[in-house]
Formats: sequence, C-alpha cells, structure tokens
Amino acid sequence: MKLYWHYVRLQFAAAMEYKTSFVLVCLGQFLVSFNGFLGVYFLFSRFHSVKGWSYEEILLCFGIVLLQYSLAECFARGFDGFAGILGNGQFDRILLRPRSTILQVLGTRMEFTRIGRMVQAVVMFVYGLSRCRVEWTLGKGLVLALMLLCGSFVFAGLFLIYAALCFFTTEGLEFMNIFTDGAREYGRYPIDVFGKRILRFCTFVVPYALIQYYPLRFVLDRGARWYYGLLPLLSLLFLLPCYGLYCLGRRHYRSTGS
Amino acid sequence: MIQVNHLSKTFRVARRNAGVKNSVKAFFHKEYESVKALDDISFHIAKGEMVGYIGPNGAGKSSTVKILSGILYPDPGSQCLVQGRVPWKNRKEHVREIGVVFGQRSQLWWDLPVIDSFELLRDIYGVSPQAYRNRLEELTTLLHLEELLRTPTRQLSLGQRMRCELAASLLHSPPILMLDEPTIGLDAVSKLAVREFINKENQEHQTTVILTTHDMQDIEALAKRILLIGRGRILLDSDFAELKKQQTAEGGGSLDELVASLYRKFSICS
Amino acid sequence: MKTIRTYASFFRVRFLMGLQYRAAALAGVATQFAWGFLELAAYHAFYAEQPENFPMGFSELSSYVWLQQAFLALFMVWMLENEIFEKIIDGGVAYELCRPISLYAMWFSRSVANRLSRAILRCLPILAAAFFLPEPYGIRLPERPLTLLLFAVSMVLALLAVVAFCMIIYLLTFFTMSPLGLRILFVSFVELFSGAIVPFPFLPEPVRTVFELLPFGSMQNVPLRAYSGNLAGAALARAMLLQAFWVLVLIGGGWLLSRRAIRRTVLNGG
Repeated sequence: MKLYWHYVRLQFAAAMEYKTSFVLVCLGQFLVSFNGFLGVYFLFSRFHSVKGWSYEEILLCFGIVLLQYSLAECFARGFDGFAGILGNGQFDRILLRPRSTILQVLGTRMEFTRIGRMVQAVVMFVYGLSRCRVEWTLGKGLVLALMLLCGSFVFAGLFLIYAALCFFTTEGLEFMNIFTDGAREYGRYPIDVFGKRILRFCTFVVPYALIQYYPLRFVLDRGARWYYGLLPLLSLLFLLPCYGLYCLGRRHYRSTGS
Repeated sequence: MIQVNHLSKTFRVARRNAGVKNSVKAFFHKEYESVKALDDISFHIAKGEMVGYIGPNGAGKSSTVKILSGILYPDPGSQCLVQGRVPWKNRKEHVREIGVVFGQRSQLWWDLPVIDSFELLRDIYGVSPQAYRNRLEELTTLLHLEELLRTPTRQLSLGQRMRCELAASLLHSPPILMLDEPTIGLDAVSKLAVREFINKENQEHQTTVILTTHDMQDIEALAKRILLIGRGRILLDSDFAELKKQQTAEGGGSLDELVASLYRKFSICS
Repeated sequence: MKTIRTYASFFRVRFLMGLQYRAAALAGVATQFAWGFLELAAYHAFYAEQPENFPMGFSELSSYVWLQQAFLALFMVWMLENEIFEKIIDGGVAYELCRPISLYAMWFSRSVANRLSRAILRCLPILAAAFFLPEPYGIRLPERPLTLLLFAVSMVLALLAVVAFCMIIYLLTFFTMSPLGLRILFVSFVELFSGAIVPFPFLPEPVRTVFELLPFGSMQNVPLRAYSGNLAGAALARAMLLQAFWVLVLIGGGWLLSRRAIRRTVLNGG
C-alpha cells in the first residue's frame, strides 16, 4: 500500500510537468461526459419516464455508474495501456522487480485528468440524490457507499480481463469496449430498461446489475427484497475469474524481440 | 551460482506470403510454424565470473537472458537454477538477487528527476534507509552522478542516462548483474566509464556479470570467458585470451574479424 | 493524376493491413453490432412508454442507428490518425515536405483511404445482420432507387466534410503545445453537434435548427436520415447544398492553414 502511494505521488508529479495539457484534457473529459448528460437531458425533454424511472432517478443512476467507472479508471488505467506495456518491453522490467506485477502495472499510469469526468459524475449524483424523494436511513447510505466501492472493483476487474487477454493477442480486443465503455454509456439507465435477457446476463455473467439495478431499487424503495442492498458485495466474486485469467496469461507471456 | 541444463524455448510464429491473394487467404486461415529459439542449451557460471554472451541477431541471446531473469517460461523439461532457485517459479525472491540493464530501454521515469526513480526503486526492493544511503553514495561517487540526480531523465544525454540506469539496476546490491548491450550508441568516453565501473563492481562485490553485446571491445574489456550461441545452440564455450592467442597465431586481425571468422566457421551468419 | 495514384496505393496498403488483422475486424463488427443493439434497446424503452412523443418512426431510427454503426469509420471525428500527430510533434513532418506532392493533398487522401478501407471491411457484416432483424428493428432497402443514390452522394459529401475537419485539427497541432488537449476538446464538441449522441430529430426546437446549420450538421446527420426518407424532397436538397458549401469552406480553410503551418515549420526549422 505504501508503494502504491509512492506511485501515486510520482504520477502526480509527472502529470504536473505538463500543466496546460493537464487542464485541457480535464476540461475535455468533462465535456465528453457532459455530452452523455445532454443526451439524457434532451430525451427527457420529450419523455417523462422510462420503464417507470424518472429523470432524477436516471441522473442518480448515471452519476453512480460514472463515478464507479472514473474511480476505476483513475487508478486502474495502467491496464488500458497494457498492450503498449507488453509491446515496448516495459513488462520485462516489471517482471524483474520483486513486487506484484498487478501493483506495478497499476503504477505505470494513473489518469488524474479523469477528475473532469468525476466532477460531472458528482454533480449528477448530488442532484439526483437531492431530487429523489426518498427517506434516507443509515442503511441506504451504506448501500450507496458499497455500490461505489464494489462498482469500481467490478470495472477494475474488467480492465484486468482486458490486460489478461493482451497476453494472448493484441488484436481484436476492441470487443472489450462493450463491457467497459459500453457499460459506462448505457449503464446510465437501470439495466431492466434493456429487457429481461440483458438483465439476466448482467446479473449472472458480468455483474453490472448487482452494482446498479438491484441496490438502486433498495435505495429508492422500489419493491426491493431485503438482500438487494447487499448484492454489491456478491459482485466482488467476479474478481476471482478475472485474476485467474490474468495469471494464466502471465504464463503465456512471450517477451518482444531484443 | 548459475546452472543451466537442457534449456529449450519454442515460439509459435504466423507465416504468410506477400500479396493481396495471400492476405485474403490468411484472413480465413492462418498457418503457424514452431521456431526453436533455444535448443537444448547447457552451461554453468561460477560466482564472480564475467561472461560474454555473443552471437548474431536472433541467435537466442535475449531469450536466454530473459529466462535466466525469470521473464520467460522455458519449455517443459528445461532445468535452470540460479542461486538454488528456479527463476520462473520463485520470481519475487529470484529477482531480488539480480540486476538487469537493457541498453535500449529505460527504467527511469522520463519526466521526473532521476532521484525520484531511485527512491521508488528503494521502496520496490524494500532497501533499508541506511543501506540505501550507503549504496547511493558509493554509486554516486563511482559513476559521477552528483549533478545528474536532480535532473529530469528527459534532459540527460544518452551517456549520462546509461550511468543512471546502471546505478538504478544496482541499488539493491544484487550478486548477479545481467547487461544487454550496455554500451550501444554511447560515445567513447561514456563507453570507457561504463566498462571501468563494471570492472570495479565485479572486483569489489564479487558480482557475477553476464554480458550480451555486439561490441567486441566490451567483451575484451570485461569478459574472461565467452559463450557463442547460434541457431539456438551453444557452439563455443571458451577462454577469451585463448581465442585471441589462437588468432594471433593464425595471422592476427581485429576483434571484429575474430568474431566474423567464428560466425563463418560455424556458418551462423544472419 | 499523381494524387489519385498516391491515394490508390495508400488505399491498397491500408486495406492489406486491415486484412492482416482479421480478429480485429471481427471484433470491430461484433462491438458495433452490440453497440447498435443496446442503443436501440434503450430507445425502444422510451418508445414503449410514450410512442406519441417519438419524433421519428422507429424503423427510421433503426436504419439511422445501423447505418451509423456500419459506417462508423467514415463519420467519427475521433478516429484521428496518431501517426500524423506524431509526425508533427517529433519533426518527422520534414520528410513529408520533401515529397513531390502537397502536404494537404497527401494527408487528405491518406485519411480518406484509411477511413474507407476500415469501413468497407466492417460495414457488410453489420448491414447484412441488420437486414435480417425483424421490423421495426432492422434496416430495409429504400423504396425508391433515387433515395439510395442521394444517400450515396450525401455520404461522400459527409465523408469529405469529416476528413476536411480532421485536417484542420491536425494542422492546428502545428500551432499548439498541447495536441492531446486540443484534440479531446474538438472531438467532444463535434460528437454532440454532429448527431453522434442523439439524432437531430430528438433535439428541442431552437437547438435543432442551429445544429443543422453548423458545419457539423453536414456530417452524418444528412446521409443517415436521407436513407430512411426522414429527410427528403426540398429539405434534403437544401441539406445537401449546405453540405457542399461546408465541404468547400472546410477544405479551403484547411488548405490556407496548411500553407501557414508549412511556412512556420520551415522558418522555425522544424
């Protein structure tokens, strides 16, 4: 953990070497996710609700997913450049060090510019929270915190899968975008909006619904069973196969040229 | 210290001929071919030895170094012990004992002063503050790093950077040092400084050094013994002075000519 | 003539490269199909709730979404070529200036070739699959052949507008220290203004008219709506004239910019 903070400090110092770029990229990140918000805004200027979810509730859901994603991205972004790390021999260097390779990969890149996106997420989150007429209890607050935490881990797990696949092939990994970027973009709507089959997929295969739809129903008092609030914890099981795949890939690693 | 027995490594490579027709064909069906990068290699290296590992491009030098340093898994059945450990099985313990320098790659953080990279390495290897201070002082003096430590890596010349890379790889005082083309692209002064430093490190700490290079002057300055590898096999394991004596007897010539004649002799010209 | 030959050879190389990466092509198709599917599923949820508020027929929307996914490579401004940015930043552009063909024409044709070759590989499977989806989720051939012709023409105009705009982004890189920041700002604006996020019919009134008049409204918005007949008759004619106008303006502006950029590079010595 101490080593991780060392990485964070260095990454921050390195980012500050290029201040203009940093500010512009932050702004750009903000705009990109602001576009997502405008999409929702324009649609709701025509429609009052979708599958019974109101504008405020959708914004809350969007804010939560965006926060989960940007937290994961901020700290686990190293995996995104993993193809590059393998290609330029940086992974050789990582293997030469007596520390966990995952920790070191995380340290190779941290995107503090995602603060732009996070600001956007927090604004929607807070707005959604304040406008949804819900009686707040300690339990609901805890569930919200759990959603954010476990959700970030699920996204980080997806990044890890992407990295694991890089060991086998560097081409064709575009389809992982559906699970990362796609989940971020379409995760703005509670998953039942997409129909039964997708809901089932997102419950049992990739546990998006466990960090979004079910606990959200618990928080918003929408006919939730008692255990819906605890489902985010269950989603952490998803990390096991992710890690297993990564270990398998590591064995498969064949360094580049000279 | 280092024992290698029957080491092999096979890669699978995709094959395809040029042209649109073959591209389209390969789109639907890809052919693969197995290539033996290393084919049943065995050698031993004792503590404190300095060994030059030479061979043409693609002969298997890097693969050997990468297996010895725990980066690559070899084929099943290969045996390899470094200080009593199997490199690819006990990676974390193993890599504490080795330092590796890749001449063409950098391990320093591009935008940050060199000392920041060093302090990160201190934490990665868990070097105690006392040991770190002593070692840093020693390396700084030997490699003349005083003024470089506060400079961002991107502003260093290649020679200055290589000196810092050497220090970075040795901060944790490893008993084994592997160098992959450490003098590539350096000017004469920097080359001499690097060689002098490696010799000193070997004398004072009994560091075992494995050196791969195409620069025969590196070999002459550093290695007592050379291993020649070609087409995945060890072709020659000999004393360097011995070889030179033999060459002088056969009419002399430059060091590069010596190597070229070896390559011709084993017909491994790439 | 020379330009056309350069263009053809760029296209050939790019196309061959595209074929090389079959897994990438397949994955791209799968990704875009899934993306379109989710997009339609979300819209369908809105449609099911209040069909009377839906501003276009659902099958019109379906063909908009499928065409958008199939021809993604033609219309998405964010598909910029990193190679060109790198050339500008590391000074490799000096080589480009030595070639006997204008910088603007070369990069322009290269970008067109790049986008076309990617789109050709990917559009067919997506369109084929979309043709087999049931009404109103799939895509159908337009009733009149003329519609298809107009669709094709406006698609060419849209492609030219997109590439001409990308050229302006590349060229502005000559004048800035932060290409990454510049790039992300531009791209995020265009996403919204071009109808990539929400099709124009869904926008509230004053916003929609303004967006249609901006150069970005002359990109994917026109062809994707022309195909389903959502945009037809006099409105379509006006939109296509506007497209032609913006293409000329963007190319003219980019060309002037390229002259300034080159003069600046030559004066500053790269």
